[in-house]
Amino acid sequence: MGKNILEFKHVGKRYDENVVLRDINFGVEAGKFYTLLGPSGSGKTTILRIIAGFDQASSGEVLFDGQRINDVPANQRQVNTVFQDYALFPHMNVAENVAFGLQIKGVKKTVIQQRVKEALHLVRLDGYGERAITAMSGGQRQRVAIARAIVNRPKVLLLDEALSALDHKLRVDMQRELRQLQRQLGITFIFVTHDQEEALAMSDQIMIINDGRIQQTGTPVDIYDEPLNHFVADFIGESNIVPGVMKKDYVVNINGQDFECVDAGMKPNEKVEVVIRPEDLDITTVDKGELKATVDTQLFRGVDYQITAHDQREHEWKINSIHKTTVGAQVGIVFDPEDIHVMRYNESEEDFDARLDSYEEDED
Amino acid sequence: MRQKALFIVPYALWIVLFVIAPLALIFYQSFFDLNSHFTLANYQDYLTSATYLKMTLNSVWYAALITVVTLVISYPTAYVLTQLENRQFWLLIVILPTWINLLLKTYAFIGLFSRTGSVNQFLQFMGLGSHQLLFTDASFMFVAAYIEIPFMVLPIFNALIEINPSLLNASKDLGATSWQTFRRIVLPLSMPGVKAGIQAVFIPSLSLFMITRLIGGNRVITLGTAIEEHFLTTQNWGMGSTIGVVLILAMFIVMFITGDSREKGGRH
Ligand SMILES: Nc1ncnc2c1ncn2[C@@H]1O[C@H](COP(=O)(O)OP(=O)(O)OP(=O)(O)O)[C@@H](O)[C@H]1O
Ligand SMILES: [Mg+2]
Repeated sequence: MGKNILEFKHVGKRYDENVVLRDINFGVEAGKFYTLLGPSGSGKTTILRIIAGFDQASSGEVLFDGQRINDVPANQRQVNTVFQDYALFPHMNVAENVAFGLQIKGVKKTVIQQRVKEALHLVRLDGYGERAITAMSGGQRQRVAIARAIVNRPKVLLLDEALSALDHKLRVDMQRELRQLQRQLGITFIFVTHDQEEALAMSDQIMIINDGRIQQTGTPVDIYDEPLNHFVADFIGESNIVPGVMKKDYVVNINGQDFECVDAGMKPNEKVEVVIRPEDLDITTVDKGELKATVDTQLFRGVDYQITAHDQREHEWKINSIHKTTVGAQVGIVFDPEDIHVMRYNESEEDFDARLDSYEEDED
Repeated sequence: MRQKALFIVPYALWIVLFVIAPLALIFYQSFFDLNSHFTLANYQDYLTSATYLKMTLNSVWYAALITVVTLVISYPTAYVLTQLENRQFWLLIVILPTWINLLLKTYAFIGLFSRTGSVNQFLQFMGLGSHQLLFTDASFMFVAAYIEIPFMVLPIFNALIEINPSLLNASKDLGATSWQTFRRIVLPLSMPGVKAGIQAVFIPSLSLFMITRLIGGNRVITLGTAIEEHFLTTQNWGMGSTIGVVLILAMFIVMFITGDSREKGGRH
């Protein structure tokens, strides 16, 4: 474990009766890219506000470099924020906005000019320095906000949906640019988004938040391949989630049919949920299929076909296949044991990790 | 379109009857002497007479003084009001006195400040003796500021309340202290309110005459007093109108100086 630059210990937040965060725990390693991912209203902005110091945690501790910072005022924290609503100063032009933080720190004028120029170049706004904020488009303003924060080279940069107003191409460009910058300067990023593709593409670590709780923390691959529960599986990527019964280690029963799988460590005959990603399902002929189904819809999406089909038990399956089929056709669906991921009901993240470790060690 | 035109009629009538017509009349009157002969003498008199010049300077000086005193009191007041929980209620308390007739308030102050008034009674009770309070510059300034404060507080309050709170967070986020945030963000963004307040206070203060007479005891002679004298006492309407024209010009100048230039961002 590297050292944690930032840590939340049992942090809770209430607005009167309204509980927004419940017992949030996490550590943030210096120099990494973290993403907070969750639906609207789940508490992402609230977490950032507590880190930045605009809001106080109702309970628990916030540590920065090992020091408790609950009572340190916002202007003394080595953190900068890209605000969800940009919060650009309307009475200053673009360059003055970007220069603000450096001026406050008393940096030399010539240095400020140079760094403002660099920052504007970074967000593809060369030559916009003299423009009034009101004369900038939404996407341009968002980039000014990024420049204004990043120019200060803080230890931790908080980005609240910092790319949400950009068109797809610019967004992908900026994603790459931010990622590169983050690696170059070694700044720790905490990025908030509700775009899961963005989260998967950019992050070292993703924290999935729902209802004021961290549901799961892990690398994009971990979270995608081994979601902890129904919410995570459903929220990240597309998935087929079906109820099943764990017969014994490495055997799960779905719809009365036994399948080999790679999960273990559960009670015999425990009720579980089974996740299979649409891209892991393949279409084949009826006799070769592990499941038999009828094709309902087919949608061409450029790279593949998005197919829905229902099996004999009227359960609907989402399949992404590069092979074409026809609507109404009887087909077989095949998948491998590794494609099946079994989730227990109400398993905590610690128990989940422990269970994974226990049987993955067995295999070695 | 027809209907829209119809809605404009009352407003247009009002403007013509009560704004344009009086202005035109004043302008017209200013070119006549006591014997209703067309003349430029009024302007000549005004521009060459030391008395009028002094009066004008007096007016501007006192109006400026009133404005500054009012601003110094009103800005912090408005700022504190915006920080309060029930700010709308407290704002109402500040504005309440404007609903009472000006003359009534002035008489109330005469009662308070007179030789036998409450203030002197209190001073005597404290063993400080009784003092001449009425007809002093101090009492004149006090009452004028008292009357004008709500007109200054209101626009400043409105400008302050409109500032997006996340701008203050952004400023702190970038390392600014509360004072730096105030000076660099709050103050510039509240300037439109300050300007509106200055207009609302300075311009009427130029032509104060009731307070100068009743509280100031005519020790302070302003253009307002002069106009009143010319119209009601000496019956020299021409000269009164001329001074009126001067006042109107002064108002336009103030409005021009404090006008919202509508340029946001970029001082370049
Ligand atoms: N000042 C406040 N008073 C009361 N409730 C608040 C306050 N600020 C936020 N909340 C509530 O806290 C919850 C979390 O808000 P937060 O802004 O953190 O959500 P979010 O995850 O950032 O959502 P979004 O993706 O829409 O930005 C919401 O239900 C919101 O209504
Ligand atoms: Mg938010």
